[in-house]
Amino acid sequence: MWAELKKGAAVAVWFMFLTLPIMVVKVNPIEQTVVWRWANLVWLGAAVFVLTVVGRYCSRHRTELSAFWPDAHPLLAHPQLKRFLLIVLALLATLFPLFFSSYQINIMTTALMYAVLGLGLNIVVGLAGLLDLGYVAFYAVGAYSYALLNYHFGLGFWAALPIGGLLAAIFGVLLGFPVLRLRGDYLAIVTLGFGEIIRLILENWNDFSFGPSGIAGIPRPGLFGLTLSVDDAIMYIYYLVLLLGLITIFVVNRLRDSRIGRAWIALREDEIACQAMGIDKTKTKLTAFALGASWAGMVGVLFAAKTTFVNPASFTFLESAIILSIVVLGGMGSTVGVVIGALVFILLPEYLRAFADYRMLLFGAIMVGVMVFRPQGIIGNPRRRSYPLPMAAADQEVGHE
Amino acid sequence: MLKMRGVEVSYGKICALHGVDLEIRSGEIVTLIGANGAGKSTLLMAISGLARPIQGCIEFLGEEIQALPPNRIVERGISQVPEGRRIFPQLTVRENLELGAFCRHDPQGVRDDLAYVFSLFPILASRSQQLGGTLSGGEQQMLAISRALMARPSLLLLDEPSLGLAPIVIRQIFSIIQKINQEHKTTVFLVEQNANLALKVASRGYVLENGRVTMTDSADNLLRHEGVRQAYLGV
Ligand SMILES: Nc1ncnc2c1ncn2[C@@H]1O[C@H](COP(=O)(O)OP(=O)(O)O)[C@@H](O)[C@H]1O
Ligand SMILES: [Mg+2]
Repeated sequence: MWAELKKGAAVAVWFMFLTLPIMVVKVNPIEQTVVWRWANLVWLGAAVFVLTVVGRYCSRHRTELSAFWPDAHPLLAHPQLKRFLLIVLALLATLFPLFFSSYQINIMTTALMYAVLGLGLNIVVGLAGLLDLGYVAFYAVGAYSYALLNYHFGLGFWAALPIGGLLAAIFGVLLGFPVLRLRGDYLAIVTLGFGEIIRLILENWNDFSFGPSGIAGIPRPGLFGLTLSVDDAIMYIYYLVLLLGLITIFVVNRLRDSRIGRAWIALREDEIACQAMGIDKTKTKLTAFALGASWAGMVGVLFAAKTTFVNPASFTFLESAIILSIVVLGGMGSTVGVVIGALVFILLPEYLRAFADYRMLLFGAIMVGVMVFRPQGIIGNPRRRSYPLPMAAADQEVGHE
Repeated sequence: MLKMRGVEVSYGKICALHGVDLEIRSGEIVTLIGANGAGKSTLLMAISGLARPIQGCIEFLGEEIQALPPNRIVERGISQVPEGRRIFPQLTVRENLELGAFCRHDPQGVRDDLAYVFSLFPILASRSQQLGGTLSGGEQQMLAISRALMARPSLLLLDEPSLGLAPIVIRQIFSIIQKINQEHKTTVFLVEQNANLALKVASRGYVLENGRVTMTDSADNLLRHEGVRQAYLGV
């Protein structure tokens, strides 16, 4: 214990020294004075000390601590409790817009859109095990297909929605072909490049996509020809996204338990064994890319309709990173996990605004914390627990003789 | 049943098989023995379509299969138990077995075969909900064999099923291999480094050295052959 405290003190002193120029010295260029904020130093030292000691304690007792947070599945295994929870959730989600401001509804809509994006990416990353860092490209394809089809041909939202999904799926196959033979790091690099290529095309091909200035005046979704006020439209879009989310959850769950879903999981687990079982690797990979991308395409159409404006700046690598983080933090392969991940990931930074400048810092700390204590994600997929590797097990058996 | 003529496989510049000729007749247990790196696994991969021969032809039931994709080859009745078992570690025993039957479309037949492999390896039945990765090495090998059987193959390829297992488990597995061969008339092509056991269950054997078949004879003759005894039986 004494050693821990000493360690904490050492880290605190080191931090105080390192941050001295930022936290303590403040130069006021107008009055040409230097303000020494020594109180900051004390606060920082105390905070770092406490965090270090607590952090080290937690990481030493990591296994006991994560036992406090059981995987939700045994809890949800109670069918009645599960049904009750689902009904409460459905009611909350349905009634939400009636009690909250347009601002809150907008945030929630964004969170739900990311939930759908996460579920789509989860097909590629969580189920098929293909690390895709360029997922935002399909989102962009969806958004621009609505924007451009509307601009040139006056196509409405409801016509654009399936077209956006389909076009994104086609782009998924286009990406899938060249990366058929790649895995892991190489796949990640190529998909990253693909995402950037799509963004750069949108940025630079002025005749086609109107460059960085983007396309404005995209109509909101229609409701039987009614004209809605802005507030009503926000509410309407919320319900549309909610509906899309429910459909996504249903379809993705069905897909996972289907033949092709099994093939994806087999591909993720062992590519050679998967082929030896007679699973067509090409088809399996391409369907994962295509079906994963189609959700991003549809959300893209919704995004364009929601903001009524698209430009390439909305489709940077950061978006891919956020969606991937949602999948990983929420729990790869788990539907509930991805949805919760999206809600946490999008809502938390909004509600952390109370902490003003430190909000991103706090957010980062929370992310690191989740990964340290819940490496399997918020809702860990119980299938993805660690276990001795097959070859290690074989060695043990020999050792027993 | 299976004929290989002048099959050559290379990985980039490394030539792993230099013109292999080999024949397996229906109903036999044939073994292929050879040292580490002789090209045994490569030969099985070539049959399964996972390694493309650059020359030669592989004929199965009178039709050339060397250009077919792996899934078509499984559909035609060749299934492989790969080296190192390659169980799907995060899937349950049952799901592993169901994946073995991936290319079949007769649910009733699949159910029958599931019952059959559970009768061959009762331990798998009691572990059916356990994750594949948590099985012991011997159980994983049993699962790998069962998974391959779920495709209802007419030719079963086994790549070093004794690798890393205790002698008692090896004997159990080999007796099951013989049983499968007798009961189901499944032809077995057994690749082994454990030449002694392999030659005892097989009727014929091939010796592979540096990517070439250097010897082929009946299993009994190979067991008695001086060169084979020295090189592979350690006597
Ligand atoms: N994927 C691969 N890439 C490159 N070389 C390989 C690969 N697999 C096997 N080899 C080489 O091919 C030769 C035969 O290997 P293998 O068929 O695995 O032998 P065995 O199964 O008899 O031990 C070895 O020299 C090995 O190094
Ligand atoms: Mg081998």
